[in-house]
Amino acid sequence: MLAYIIRRVLYAMPILIGINLLTFALFFVVNTPDDMARMQLGQKRVTPEAIQKWKAERGYDKPLLWNEQAAGADKITRTIFFEKSIKLFVFDFGRAEDNRDIANEIRVRMWPSLALAIPAFLVGLAVNITFALGMAFFRASYLDLWGVVLCVAMMSVSALFYIIGGQYLVAKLWHLVPISGYQSGLEAAKFVVLPVLIGVISGLGSGSRWYRTLFLEEMGKDYVRTARAKGLAESVVLFRHVLQNAMIPILTGVVAVIPLLFMGSLISESFFGIPGLGSYTIDAIQAQDFAVVRAMVYMGSVLYIVGLLLTDISYTLVDPRVRFA
Amino acid sequence: MRALLFLSFLLTGCGEVWNDPYPVADRGRNVMYSAFTERPKHLDPAQSYTEDEARFTQQVYEPPLQYHYLKRPYELIPLTAQEVPKALELEGGKYTQYTIRIRPGIHYQPHPGFVAANLDLERKITDRLRSPYDLPLGTRELTADDYIYQIKRLAHPRLHSPIFGLMSEYIVGLKEYAARLQQAEKPGRWLDLRDHPLEGVERLDAHTYRVKLKGRYPQFAYWLAMPFFAPVPWEAEKFFQQVGMAEKNFTLDWWPVGTGAYMLTENDPNARMRLDRNPNFRGEPYPLVGEAGDAASGLLADAGKTMPFIDRVVFSREKESIPYWNKFLQGYFDASAIPSDTFDQAVRVSIEGESGLTAQMEQREIRLRTSVDTTILYLGFNWLDSVVGGHTDAHAAQRARKLRQAISIAVDWEEFIAIFLNGRGLVAHDPLAPGIFGQREGRDGVNPVTHDWNNGKPERRPIAAARQLLAEAGYPDGRDAKTGIPLVLYLDTVGRGPGDKPRFDWWRRQFAKLSIQLEIRDSDWNRFQEKIRKGSQQLYILGWNADYPDPENFLFLLHGAQARATTQGENTSNYVNAEFDALFERMKNIANSPDRQQLIERMVDIARHDAPWVWGYHPKSYGLTHAWMQNGKPNNMARNNIKYLRVDVDQRSALRRAWNPTVLWPLALVVLLLIAIAAPAFLGYRRRERAAAKPT
Repeated sequence: MLAYIIRRVLYAMPILIGINLLTFALFFVVNTPDDMARMQLGQKRVTPEAIQKWKAERGYDKPLLWNEQAAGADKITRTIFFEKSIKLFVFDFGRAEDNRDIANEIRVRMWPSLALAIPAFLVGLAVNITFALGMAFFRASYLDLWGVVLCVAMMSVSALFYIIGGQYLVAKLWHLVPISGYQSGLEAAKFVVLPVLIGVISGLGSGSRWYRTLFLEEMGKDYVRTARAKGLAESVVLFRHVLQNAMIPILTGVVAVIPLLFMGSLISESFFGIPGLGSYTIDAIQAQDFAVVRAMVYMGSVLYIVGLLLTDISYTLVDPRVRFA
Repeated sequence: MRALLFLSFLLTGCGEVWNDPYPVADRGRNVMYSAFTERPKHLDPAQSYTEDEARFTQQVYEPPLQYHYLKRPYELIPLTAQEVPKALELEGGKYTQYTIRIRPGIHYQPHPGFVAANLDLERKITDRLRSPYDLPLGTRELTADDYIYQIKRLAHPRLHSPIFGLMSEYIVGLKEYAARLQQAEKPGRWLDLRDHPLEGVERLDAHTYRVKLKGRYPQFAYWLAMPFFAPVPWEAEKFFQQVGMAEKNFTLDWWPVGTGAYMLTENDPNARMRLDRNPNFRGEPYPLVGEAGDAASGLLADAGKTMPFIDRVVFSREKESIPYWNKFLQGYFDASAIPSDTFDQAVRVSIEGESGLTAQMEQREIRLRTSVDTTILYLGFNWLDSVVGGHTDAHAAQRARKLRQAISIAVDWEEFIAIFLNGRGLVAHDPLAPGIFGQREGRDGVNPVTHDWNNGKPERRPIAAARQLLAEAGYPDGRDAKTGIPLVLYLDTVGRGPGDKPRFDWWRRQFAKLSIQLEIRDSDWNRFQEKIRKGSQQLYILGWNADYPDPENFLFLLHGAQARATTQGENTSNYVNAEFDALFERMKNIANSPDRQQLIERMVDIARHDAPWVWGYHPKSYGLTHAWMQNGKPNNMARNNIKYLRVDVDQRSALRRAWNPTVLWPLALVVLLLIAIAAPAFLGYRRRERAAAKPT
């Protein structure tokens, strides 16, 4: 397995370089180094000299991808792309354009993101599987029919509506939790209850329908018929056999997103005032902070690749027949 | 109020509310709660230039001067200085000298930089720090050297002071000083500015320093009321330069060190900023006098009492307007602006145009405070444009001027303010904002190009007058008189999304009144700025927020020497008029006087006639405060207002309890609903499990 993991890590390198290149290209198609300097230096009384100085200090006075005036390898290395990207591969994120240390920001902000994302993920998974199993158990009945109708209806509603509606009802009308905000430690609980609840409810429709489909597909297989023929109770068939065999497609979707929980939620964090990494990314995009955008995209890519690797490894745990070549 | 308090007692049974977003330990404390939307970028007084940052920096840093909190028009008064310095002209006006005497006995906030041992910390100590305030703290007396140090910092090679360019034109030797510092700087090492004298700034004694300027610059006194000229102790800069500090975001840019009423004790720009009362603050008396009406509105109730009144200020980050507004209504923010989508919920505007609070707001005893901002938003014409701009040829210049005047009449700003701003604005008749010296009121303040004075009030001239001017400009019915080609104009603006459509439609309608086709070129801010820099726009929409309450700070926006396309100055219309420019040069260097008023009036008349801008409007700020907040008065020039404010903590606690009773029945309903769903499922499950196999 070690050889497999090493091979996958090596495969990841060109992908990460490609992602870096793409992020770089997309960012600099929209923004120029001059724009970035102006954004950081403000709108009033900014002189061309100040812009030039800002760019020179941060290495944005160089060509983007190819330095015609340099010689040899410097044509590539003395460029904004090379200088800004190479350090990412050793996770040296450097400083944001507002001079704050990015690694320190990530260390501080990952905890609020995880405080929101982990409970939402775990509770959501449990609720979705339970609901889906219930519908599968009562398949082709009115309970199943109305369950699916409810799922489709819930899928059709925007996440923003759940957030605003949830804040209105739970926090504004009923005064059960704060509308927004965050505190560290145990006090965080009262701030994350509502976003977690909304996260679970907003994901219930799509999640349950997907799992229901997986369970129904499994339930049509021969081994299930055999199990029933042996006289096993339906609950045993469902929980011991169907659920276990449906784990591979479930794991495919679930394990891959586990590392990404770290990256936080862009919308929820903004609406609930949670100072996590999702909110950090949005702020960086708005502030044209290329250093942060690049770091967060890179982190997201690495975590996604890690997620896919974990998914592969988890297959071997769930299904002993799966072996790495 | 008593009834409300009693009601709150009954409703809550002395219990605590569930939705309080603040720590339990803070309940009942003398804390003010506020919010911020944009995270500050810089808190270093050499770099910070935005209002979002000033609300923090101006509580901490104390420049020599400040604006009187209550008096209007704005008046400079001493803050740490003993008096407002007088300009002394030298060599017949070739130089001007300001001698500033600082009051002795002022001390800095507690800070680790003032403990000698903390200036040489081992790396393992800095690595363990969670806050700079974890270290032993010290203080020292404020001296003139600290002000001199900060003036030198404006030229620091590692800092980007936005006013360096401007100040290097005035402060003797500052430009050369920056070059010298550039040479002296070594990467990774602290640059001790004390070792590098600056010619234009001189220390006379421990509490007196002198600044020498090139030529006359009376506006310099206003700059002395901004944090750019606040003191910075060298110890603070050295402390934060130590190895390992920057990695923890412990920098002077994020941890201000001052002598003000408050000190920044928590700095998390992602979530929360906290100011605590500076225990070393000398105390400052609340103003004894204000403007007419201040006493009646209770603004002099604390006259003469020692400030500050509040112990702690907590700023929470609220990026979205809906939670911000709802938390204000629940009493968790002491003050709030009015988001545009909740304006109708908060304010009702009478037929006469008077603004008042809605019944819901009045019931909660919320107060509305309005003020006209020292800001102007306008539609500009590019003087370099061949159709609407200035021309050297007299005939062409006259045609373009008449076209601009016609458009100035047609654009109905009164309607714009009513539709898009809920009445929150005043139509501008020239570049000067209300309350600025030189601005005229009544009939004299009306722009005769666009308005008539009828029945004691200004009335926009009829569209027929605009059509007449358009015809005289050579475009009868919106077509070129020679070629018959319809006149098409291009408006550059910054789009914010699909919500802009009504606004764009409105703009098209204004030009359609003259049968002119308007093409709107909607772009992002960067591209828009690029066009302005290159002078390639035709019409554009922009604004200006004053740095200080002086007519020079508005009229320089039309000064030819400031043309954006040629000098990268602030004259974005690239307007040039030789007479205007000559008058500006005379006006900018003299004190407010009848002579200056005359010069300004002539300049305004020229600008109205030339119409390089369609004069737009001055926005009005509407702010809401709860009944427990005292002494709040809008101040467009300064943000050091927190020391004047007072909070009635008991009233706030009682009202919060009354407004936020916990409603528990939904929880019971949810439980019942879950049972209602689970019970049939469970029964169905049991029935299936027990059922016999169906006969085939």
